[in-house]
Amino acid sequence: MNRYWKIFKQGIINENPLLMLMIGLCSALAVTTNVQNGVGMGLAMTFVLLFSEIIISAFRKVIPSSARMPIFIIIIAAFTTVIDLVMKAYFPALSKSMGVFIPLIVVNCIIMGRVEAYSYKQKVVDCVFDSFGMGLGYTWVLVGIAAFRELLGNGTVAGFPLFEKLGFVGFQPILFFILPPGGFLVFALFISFNIWLKKRMAKSAKAIAAEVAA
Amino acid sequence: MIKIFIIALLINNVVLMRFLALCSYIGMTSDVGQSVGMGFAVTFVTVLATAATWPLYHFVLAPLNIGFLQILVFILVIAALVQLVEFYLKKNVPGLYAAMGIYLPLITTNCAILAVTFENISYKYSFIESVVYSVGVSAGYLLAMVLLAGVRERIKTSPIPKFLQGTPILFVATSLIAVAFMGFSGLVK
Repeated sequence: MNRYWKIFKQGIINENPLLMLMIGLCSALAVTTNVQNGVGMGLAMTFVLLFSEIIISAFRKVIPSSARMPIFIIIIAAFTTVIDLVMKAYFPALSKSMGVFIPLIVVNCIIMGRVEAYSYKQKVVDCVFDSFGMGLGYTWVLVGIAAFRELLGNGTVAGFPLFEKLGFVGFQPILFFILPPGGFLVFALFISFNIWLKKRMAKSAKAIAAEVAA
Repeated sequence: MIKIFIIALLINNVVLMRFLALCSYIGMTSDVGQSVGMGFAVTFVTVLATAATWPLYHFVLAPLNIGFLQILVFILVIAALVQLVEFYLKKNVPGLYAAMGIYLPLITTNCAILAVTFENISYKYSFIESVVYSVGVSAGYLLAMVLLAGVRERIKTSPIPKFLQGTPILFVATSLIAVAFMGFSGLVK
C-alpha cells in the first residue's frame, strides 16, 4: 500500500505536472477565470489520463515501440472525443465556456508525457495510482489559480460572493486578475510558492534525518 | 479579411491573450535565433494544416455525417503532415531542413495548430478566410516568441528577486507583455 501511496503522492507536489514539470500549461491558464471551469477541466483531464494510461498499460506488450506514438495519439484522441461529447450533452454551459480547450486535451503534454514515460513500462495498477496523482496535482493547481483569480477579479468563489458575506462591502473587483495578464502573474506566484514549498520540505526531511542520526 | 488578420495577430494574440502553445513559448525562447526558427516552422505547418483540414472537413467528414471524428482525424492529419514535410525538406531543401528540422517533431503536439484547425470549422470561415486566419495566428505566435526571447536576453544580465528566479520571472515578464497587448483591444471595431 505504501508503494501506491508513494506513486500517488509524486504527482501532487514533487512532480507536479504544472508547477514542476512545466507541461500542460495552456489549458491551466486559459480556463481558470472561475472555479467551476477549473474543476471541470481538471476532471475532464483526469478522465482522459486515467483511461489512456489503463489501456496503454494493459496493451503495452503488444504495442510495437516503433509505431507507439501514432497508437498513443489515437487512444488519447478517442477518450478526448468521448469526454468532449459527454460535456456537450450534459454540461452545455461549461463546455461552451471552455470552448476549444476540451478538444485540446488531446495534445496536452501531460498525457503524452505520462503515457510515454510511465504507463508504457508499468503495471496497470501502478498506472491507476499514477494517473490519479497526476490528475489531482493538475486539478488542485487549477482550482487554486481559479479561486485566486475569481476572488480578486470578481469578488466570488465558485459564484459565491465571499467578500460581501464577510462584510467587505466596498470591495471593488480588480478586473486585471480575470484578464489574461493576471493569469500569467498568478501562475508565476504559484510556481514560486511551489519551489519554496519543495525546498522547505527537503530541508525538514534533512533535519529529521540529522536528528535520527544524532 | 484584414480584420480577421489583425484580430488574430494582435487583439487575440495566440500566446499572450489565449494561452495557447505555452509549452514551446517557454521552452524554445532561450535565444532569439531559436525562437525565430520555431516561429517560422509553426507558421509553415499551420498554414499547411489549414489547407489540408478545411477541405477534408467540408468535403469528407461533413457530407458523411461523421463530424464527431474531427479530433481524431485532425490530429492524425497534422502528425502525418509534419512527418511528410520533414521527409520532403530533408531530401529537397537541406538548407531549410537544417534551420528548422529540429523543431518539426515538436510541432505535432503544438496546441496552437490544432486549435486553429478546429476554429476554422467552428467559426464557419470560408477557405480563404481560414488561410488568412491561420497566417494571422502564426504571425502572432512568431511575434510573441521573438518578444519573449528578447526580454530573456535582458533578464540574463539583470538582478532578479530571489523568489522569482528561474521560470517565475518569465511569467511575470509575459504578464507585462500581455498588459501591453491589451492596449490593442480597441484597434478593430
